[in-house]
Amino acid sequence: MAIDRTLYREIPVTNGLWASAAVLVAFLLGAFASFVYVEHHGHIVTGMTNQIVWGMPHVFAIFLIVAASGALNVASIASVFGRMAYKPLSRLSGVLAMALLAGGLAVLVLDLGRPDRLIVQMTHFNFTSIFTWNILLYSGFMGIVAIYLWVQMDRSVDPKWTKPAGLAAFVWRLALTTGTGSIFGWLVARPGYDAAIMAPLFIAMSFAFGLAIFILVLQGLCRLARLLALFVAVVLYFTAVQHLTNLYAQEHAGFEAFILKEGGLYTTLFWGVQVVLGGLVPLALVYGRSAPVTAGLARLVSGLVIVGGIAQVYVIVVGGQAYPMELFPGYEVSSSFLDGEVAAYAPRLPEIALGLGGVALALFATGLGAKVLRILPSNLSDHNLPG
Amino acid sequence: MSFRMPNGAKVEDRPTRRDFFKSGAAFATMTLAPGVTLMAFGGSAASAAVDAGKRWGLLIDTSKCADDCDACVTACKTENGWEGNGDAERDVQWIRKVTLKNKATGHESSMPVMCQHCESPPCVDVCPTGASFKREDGIVLVDKHICIGCRYCMMACPFKARSFVHEPVNNQKPHAPRGQGTVEGCTLCVHRVDAGGIPACVESCSATGNGAMVFGDLLDPSSEIAQRLAEFPSVALRPDLDLNPGVRYAEI
Repeated sequence: MAIDRTLYREIPVTNGLWASAAVLVAFLLGAFASFVYVEHHGHIVTGMTNQIVWGMPHVFAIFLIVAASGALNVASIASVFGRMAYKPLSRLSGVLAMALLAGGLAVLVLDLGRPDRLIVQMTHFNFTSIFTWNILLYSGFMGIVAIYLWVQMDRSVDPKWTKPAGLAAFVWRLALTTGTGSIFGWLVARPGYDAAIMAPLFIAMSFAFGLAIFILVLQGLCRLARLLALFVAVVLYFTAVQHLTNLYAQEHAGFEAFILKEGGLYTTLFWGVQVVLGGLVPLALVYGRSAPVTAGLARLVSGLVIVGGIAQVYVIVVGGQAYPMELFPGYEVSSSFLDGEVAAYAPRLPEIALGLGGVALALFATGLGAKVLRILPSNLSDHNLPG
Repeated sequence: MSFRMPNGAKVEDRPTRRDFFKSGAAFATMTLAPGVTLMAFGGSAASAAVDAGKRWGLLIDTSKCADDCDACVTACKTENGWEGNGDAERDVQWIRKVTLKNKATGHESSMPVMCQHCESPPCVDVCPTGASFKREDGIVLVDKHICIGCRYCMMACPFKARSFVHEPVNNQKPHAPRGQGTVEGCTLCVHRVDAGGIPACVESCSATGNGAMVFGDLLDPSSEIAQRLAEFPSVALRPDLDLNPGVRYAEI
């Protein structure tokens, strides 16, 4: 079967494009205002406390960073796994991955207590910290994906370099998400973390979230909905193993009861949003029908996966902190510092606005990329799809 | 730029301010007349006082710690200037009184909990910039100049010993600088210890007559703390994590 020639074009300027840009800029301004407000008054104006030290900004940031590596899936499918039908979408895949990472990192940096000291972080490295490694992994990801895009887009570069560049980017994104999962996996102090499964769980999450965002950005890519459902099943599987392993250990019984049964909002988010709405429903919608998936259904499934994914990150990040640490095994603790109590957390507008600003930045950067670079195929010929 | 070896030792490829003071103090001691200390360049003799041969620690005898006494907490607030605004969720707490209740027997004990000054501190491991550091004499501190306020150390500390400064701070003590947007915790009153004194909490505990806190060098067999630890049983918080804290509890 001959492959139709693909022409890449910049995105055409329409009123709709301007309107979308205006909405995104509004969100960016909102995030900037939040940043200045929190920077001036301190984190006292957020919902974060000395118990919940990482709140909504981290939920958004981690979601975006995890999704970033997954957004590269489509490029990897073409370059690494040789499914040439997806090659026309590789460029968008790379740009979206970089944009999502930039959005996530911006939120992370702007939520620092001292964001003005970013230069300190660039000059002082403690290599026992997974954070330090992540800074290198994130910067490296930007560089490698940029090279990957250049190799694809510069006609003077021999196309034989696409595969090695794609392979390097694929390996790097696995390392990157391992690093992100290990932020939690390597925390010995808290019963909700301290588990090697965090790294593969985060990789599975990235495959699902990133692909879901890609499908939504492209306004439906029906064929990939089945792959998305497969990733969703893998996330459910790792989640099940994570909790079953914890349930087997009596020392984690309290934490498991908190998340699975008695945790109020966290329990609702876990079962209702993460497992049912973001997991079982998408599986049923995709695998429960014999007819091909329509564009509308692909968008619906992707939306559900994103909502379930944000809930999952919220349960991991906030739920893991809300459950009290055990100061001395076998003893109940109480104090003026809320020891032994489930910590309350009510996110406030500034931190939500900052998080949404990260999403807006990712989408704006993707749109800008599509406007100035030739990354969008002008024709997605069905002739290129396997029968 | 600095980095850490797997054994936890911090390796510097350029001299730090502390190194500078060390060398400066050594030079001063050698060249000036005996008994004269050079206090140049804004440094102090105390800056050079870190002794790798010591490991400072605390022993807390919970049987002597009265339930309703918080003299140690008050003394720490006064000494280091971290009085809060009555917001338990966001106020910083360098030291707090904790009640432990044995789930099986119902027996209760009260005790102060602060930074445990671990031999293998998780906060130091996770700090991306190296702002969390352990001195050679075992005191775990935050370098306020390079803390970026990421709060990863607070995620990593099993003792909730670190607090984030959520608000602008006023009336700071010159010996205990603080800053909005950075993380802080018990310094073991390093400014007193370097000057040959004892932490404010220990001093106030003695003043109440309870005498529940003993401070000293864990490595000196002749010190009171080392002798009492050798003679009587004591435990560390979260012994399962094997962090070998410098703070020990007796009679829990």
